[in-house]
Amino acid sequence: MNLWASLASFGFIAAIVRIAIPYVFAALGGSLVERSGVIDLALEAKLLCGAFAAATATHATGSLALGIGAGAAAGASIAGLQALCALRFGADQVVVGIGLNLLALAGTRFALQALYSEGANSPPCESVGDGLVTNPLFYLAIIATIASWAALSHTRWGLRLRAAGERPEILVAAGISVPRVRWSVLLVGGAIAGLGGAQLSLAVGGFSADTSSGRGYMALAAVILANWRPPRAVLVCLAIAAAEALNIRLQLAASTIPRELVPALPYVLTLLVITVWGAGRRPPPALGHGN
Amino acid sequence: MKHKRITTEPLIVGTAFLLALAIGSSLMLAMGKSPAHVWWAMLSRVVSNDYNLTQVAYRATTLVCTGLAVGLAMDVGMFNIAAEGQMTAGVLAAAVLGAALPAGTPSALAIPLCLLAAASAGGAVGGSIGALKVLRGAHEVISSVMLNALIAAVALWAGNSLLFTNGTTRSETIINNAQLPCLGAPGSAANAMAFIALGLALGLTWLRSRTAWGQTWRLTGQAPAVARALGSNTKRTTILVMTASGALAGLAAGNLVLGHHHAFEEGLGRGLGLLGIAVALVGQLEPLGIVAAAVVLSVLSVGGLAAADLVPKELSEMLQAVVILAIVVANPIVRRLTTRTSEAA
Repeated sequence: MNLWASLASFGFIAAIVRIAIPYVFAALGGSLVERSGVIDLALEAKLLCGAFAAATATHATGSLALGIGAGAAAGASIAGLQALCALRFGADQVVVGIGLNLLALAGTRFALQALYSEGANSPPCESVGDGLVTNPLFYLAIIATIASWAALSHTRWGLRLRAAGERPEILVAAGISVPRVRWSVLLVGGAIAGLGGAQLSLAVGGFSADTSSGRGYMALAAVILANWRPPRAVLVCLAIAAAEALNIRLQLAASTIPRELVPALPYVLTLLVITVWGAGRRPPPALGHGN
Repeated sequence: MKHKRITTEPLIVGTAFLLALAIGSSLMLAMGKSPAHVWWAMLSRVVSNDYNLTQVAYRATTLVCTGLAVGLAMDVGMFNIAAEGQMTAGVLAAAVLGAALPAGTPSALAIPLCLLAAASAGGAVGGSIGALKVLRGAHEVISSVMLNALIAAVALWAGNSLLFTNGTTRSETIINNAQLPCLGAPGSAANAMAFIALGLALGLTWLRSRTAWGQTWRLTGQAPAVARALGSNTKRTTILVMTASGALAGLAAGNLVLGHHHAFEEGLGRGLGLLGIAVALVGQLEPLGIVAAAVVLSVLSVGGLAAADLVPKELSEMLQAVVILAIVVANPIVRRLTTRTSEAA
């Protein structure tokens, strides 16, 4: 088929959206957490554990709904661990994130061995399939996009969240506990990121080791490129997904661009953007400071 | 208040190891294994076996390089998680130059040239992260993540389309005179780079504690405002130290390429750059502490492989991540406790 015709097709757009779903959930979760003043480098761990929990729960119960719920719960659990280390004990937020990512990578492999005596793959489970309209996670992604925008700008919780990231001393003066606000944001953001993990494993009907393969880090880059605004972050995620989908098509069309280099395009783009507009980014002023 | 100095570092590391020991033991119990039996098997199988000992030395040498890289960057307050990419850049440079040199090049020239190439490649990556941070305000963790992914993609592409010889995932072998002698039995992984790495750690100890340079860069990390007030150029210091940090990670190629594999191979050293973070934290940023941490973590992972019949080898990988988390959590807790006791005293 002609390359350009295949790019304009409905199937190609559906492929972009399907690829974007894990990024969208992770970037929405990450935006909320970072807006409350906590560096969210643990997105990779939330995706990976969400994917593992969703696949194992669906395999064990045969219910996709329970699997999706387990994915969200796993993301929230990682976030709970993150909050315990970074907020309760005051540990360095960046190192906690990296540590959790390494723990999730080894921990999911360990769990595969312990549960199924398998090195790399979980037993197959029911899948949400390739179609968008039949995929509950597609609708959840739309709901999460609208809800996180609305919650951030139109609710009391969102106001407190933004205050925790911008002027935490105002919350203190108003008698509101900053750590408590951040705890609630981390748990909600973690659950959202965990849903992204559920898409990773349930789309193919099974978990494989390191299935997130850097998507959590990429989602964090999307958050930064979007200047910490959830709706813009979703657009950046769609652009990343378009680059990935294009890469798959180009490989099918046997193009001359080296196939190993195309996946690096979003990373090069992010580097360019932070090089050119680096100082112009405006992170939440309290990001990464204190607990 | 009279300030009473309490050494907190051993306390932090000790607490972290106890925590890792406790978590590891409970996982072993959950799998129906006796923790004492498994721990003993890990340790005794490493110590009593020559092959395992050389594997520990080989792994620890790479970890010393990447650990020193992460530790040095932390001295100026930079979190260098691109040690992984810097190491890969160094591996590529050393392998390409080592294979391109004329076969007659004397060792005294070939080895330093290859090490210099590795250090320059790693240093260029480190320096650009430093420059992006101080000149453009780009957070080093974000640029590091991007550079790690970019370098991994470039290495894969360079390997597949330029370097790998007929259908293998291995580049052309470097010339004989660029290879470092191995230690122990012929063909063992341990090699002379172990001594070079030890020398780097000793040199860094001296620089950090005995020279004005070391004072300047540590002050830049601890109190940049004071460093500026004293007239030092903190931006230049940050870029220079990040270049040196990248060069240290790049030098891991001396061990991986010149010492053992003698070529660029797919996935060579993968993960050891990230693990350098654990090594630097466990070593509490002290170069000699980093050497000790590299050896301990290497014993843990080689021991985990040696005891793979008892518990899955992934357990020891998990414990390395637990050690990172335990250290970073123990840090503020122990500091809080010791300042409280010193105030009371």
